[in-house]
Amino acid sequence: MDFLLQPWPWFIGGPLIALSLFLYFYFGQNFGASTNFETLCTMVGAGKVSDYFKKDWKQRDFALLFMVGLMIGGFTSAYFLVPNQTIDLNPTTVQELTDLGFANVGESYFPAEIFSDDVVFSLKGFLILLLSGVLIGFGTRYAGGCTSGHAITGLSSLQLPSLLAVIGFFIGGIIATWFIIPILF
Amino acid sequence: MIKNIKFLLLGVFFAVVLSKSQAISWYRFYEMFTFQSFHMFGIIGGAVVISAIIMQLFKSGKIKDINGNKIVPKPKKKGVISTVFGGTLFGLGWGISGACAAPVFVILGFKFLPALLILLGALIGAFIYGLIAKKLPN
Repeated sequence: MDFLLQPWPWFIGGPLIALSLFLYFYFGQNFGASTNFETLCTMVGAGKVSDYFKKDWKQRDFALLFMVGLMIGGFTSAYFLVPNQTIDLNPTTVQELTDLGFANVGESYFPAEIFSDDVVFSLKGFLILLLSGVLIGFGTRYAGGCTSGHAITGLSSLQLPSLLAVIGFFIGGIIATWFIIPILF
Repeated sequence: MIKNIKFLLLGVFFAVVLSKSQAISWYRFYEMFTFQSFHMFGIIGGAVVISAIIMQLFKSGKIKDINGNKIVPKPKKKGVISTVFGGTLFGLGWGISGACAAPVFVILGFKFLPALLILLGALIGAFIYGLIAKKLPN
């Protein structure tokens, strides 16, 4: 029980992610998450506007169930399995973010400056979250995958497009954290 | 539907793994992109190395799927512009919000409204992609 409540180190998390990938393939499907964005668009009627979304979403019921599982697992973790969200951050990271004006750095998983209901109802916070989402949705579909589909499935099956996509992920992520975050905060 | 309930259970498991190993935390991705911590590199790198061994077992046919079929990962669509440029756009959104495609659903459990807003944005983004997909390079 104690193990379940402690944070898990990388050498537990990494192998268990690989186990998840293994089971997903063993159950007969291709591991990935971002195609769900398209499926959800189809479900809310995007097929009426564009042929691109005219697909039979029922064929992706396994992925939708996986998605529902992610939500159930998220709520379960948040309320029962992660009683202490303190993160043992690099002191340099803490100092950098504190200098940018972030408070209580590393005392929970998510900074209140980006992830709080107050922020959602401010124009700046609303736009930061919504536009990040637009970039995630557009980018993953254009690139053909996300961290699960490209970085883990694609790299481990030695696919060149995935290596290019992961290089792109890092170009974007570095621009975001080194240049955009300091401008925004 | 019923036979696919195992995917729901796998989703719960995957969400718990991501939550417990802090792989949904905004701070962990900030640390990764600023190269100030090994944690996320260890998680993703470890997952990739072990998955590469699993992929070899799939490829050689030593492990078949639950129905006895050979497991062949779908080939990713090729195209330098789409993967690098699309990847960069995703990286921007990931770097700012610390959310990617699977974690955004997990984060709903932790920070409901902010995650819902990211998810809404992601659906808008995927919708825009669908509208203009044919006009884009690759």
